[in-house]
Amino acid sequence: MTLHELLIQPFVEFGFMRRALVACVALGLSCGPIGTLLVLRRMSLVGDAIAHALLPGAALAFVMFGYSLWAMSVGGFVAAIAVAGLAGLVARLTPQREDASFAAFYLIALAGGVMIISMRGSSVDLMRVLFGTVLAVDDASLLLIAGIASVSLLVLAVVYRPLVVECFDPGFLRHLGHAGAWVHGLFLMLLVLNLVGGFQALGTLMAVGLMMLPATAARFWAAEVWSLAAVATLIAVLSGWGGLLLSYHANLPSGPAIVMLAGSFYVLSLLVGSRDSLLARQRSQRSHRKA
Amino acid sequence: MHFNASRRASLQLLAMTALQPALAAAAAEPAVAPVLKVVATFSILADMAREVGGPAVEVSALVGPNADAHVYEPTPADVRRVARADVVVTNGLRFEGWIDRLIASSGYRGRVVVASAGIVPLQLGGGADPHAWQSLVNGQRYAQNLRDALVAAAPQRSAEINAQAAGYLARMTTLDQDTRSRIAALPESRRRVITSHDAFGYFAAAYGVRFIAPRGWTTGSEPSAETVARIVRQTRETQASALLVENISDPRMIERIAREARVKVGGELYSDALSPPGTAADTYLRMFEHNVRTLLDAMTPAKISDAR
Repeated sequence: MTLHELLIQPFVEFGFMRRALVACVALGLSCGPIGTLLVLRRMSLVGDAIAHALLPGAALAFVMFGYSLWAMSVGGFVAAIAVAGLAGLVARLTPQREDASFAAFYLIALAGGVMIISMRGSSVDLMRVLFGTVLAVDDASLLLIAGIASVSLLVLAVVYRPLVVECFDPGFLRHLGHAGAWVHGLFLMLLVLNLVGGFQALGTLMAVGLMMLPATAARFWAAEVWSLAAVATLIAVLSGWGGLLLSYHANLPSGPAIVMLAGSFYVLSLLVGSRDSLLARQRSQRSHRKA
Repeated sequence: MHFNASRRASLQLLAMTALQPALAAAAAEPAVAPVLKVVATFSILADMAREVGGPAVEVSALVGPNADAHVYEPTPADVRRVARADVVVTNGLRFEGWIDRLIASSGYRGRVVVASAGIVPLQLGGGADPHAWQSLVNGQRYAQNLRDALVAAAPQRSAEINAQAAGYLARMTTLDQDTRSRIAALPESRRRVITSHDAFGYFAAAYGVRFIAPRGWTTGSEPSAETVARIVRQTRETQASALLVENISDPRMIERIAREARVKVGGELYSDALSPPGTAADTYLRMFEHNVRTLLDAMTPAKISDAR
């Protein structure tokens, strides 16, 4: 098998591989920066919570309108925004911290989603319908994902500065008052949008993996926010490309293959990354001892 | 005036419907015409028993519409129904692996009709293919077996049952001939579809349609890029007319494969169960007609050519 056959040919021969790659690249472009900001703002688990909070909205939209990309995306978006909003409100009105109220509301939403899915009966595998697969991205999903990526990058460019400051001075946005709340709200909205797009592409709850794993891995290679985001994007795109090839050559399901590859990048970075990785720390300790 | 007329008509109708049972009772001479309690293992057999038995039977199915007889688990209520049945109808050919134990545990000692008796089975994966009802010739055999069993169970109503069965058999003959001529009208090269159903062996043999199984496609798991690529290639190579793999997976997946291989996406075929009452395939004959229509739609070349 030549290198061309191994790495390029599947994308040349099959349109569905090209589409899947485009979807992964678009997702990677916006998920890289968003994941990085999540990690820096100590909100790494919020992505996961939001991912689960989408479920009842998408399920309800499916039950009401049947299979419709737009209805399900809007439904998921509304449900996740509602959960994020309620959690924020509780945190503001009571002494309970936002992570606790977030956990409470997303679990309620998740239970609601599972309930709607099981009430629908067993003849249709609703999980299969709710979450697309990256191999079956149609024109509408592709437009949705590309649109979300473009909007995300534009909005991020506008609110980049306050977000970055917040990363290193937690509480900065609160000092800003209303404007700070707006920035925080916009950021949460981008997060939800990208997860909605991720579900369309990757098909499973693992979509959040393509957002968080590259961002956590980037930390072992870069230090500035922009370079962290760039490395995260690069890893996300490589995971998408490599995961699709893995799925093609090794007969593995594509969504999990992509996320597993991103996971491998994380473990690899953790071990041998240029900054603060286990290897790097050992080296610096040795040089300290010598000195 | 108009009101009066319609009222008179409805009164007449009322009188007629009221009279009908009485007339029927008068036709069957003995005072007590027994109604046979028939329990069929699944919806298709139940419908056939209803058609053949007519008013002489009261039929229920253990595995209802849209349910899978392969994975059925008997409930206590099912055991009781079998115990109280006059006739139990099974498909045979090992379609219902659970029926023997169910009959034994219910203590039922009556007639067990094997509807497929006398059919020479095709092979499927090392055993007999149980889906014999997918050919109408076999369907007629089923109906005859049912007729004979019901007549034997209620000889007093034999005339009635025989008449019902004759009508039913005639309808099957018509549909069978119609199906043959309509499929034969298509060129042989068009009569190929890719489907994950393995239930159409008898249909294929009787009516000359090739059902090609998608290689490596398993239900209930997320497909890999390799699987999808293989099916795309296979569809191109076999020059199949359409893909009918609907109930397996994501509709978007099927759509994508079909576009890539430039074939049509076919509708839904019913294999082992009827659809719920009031829907497109709620009786055996309607199910058969639905499948034939779906296949013909899928195999007929698209009229609108790609103008691009």
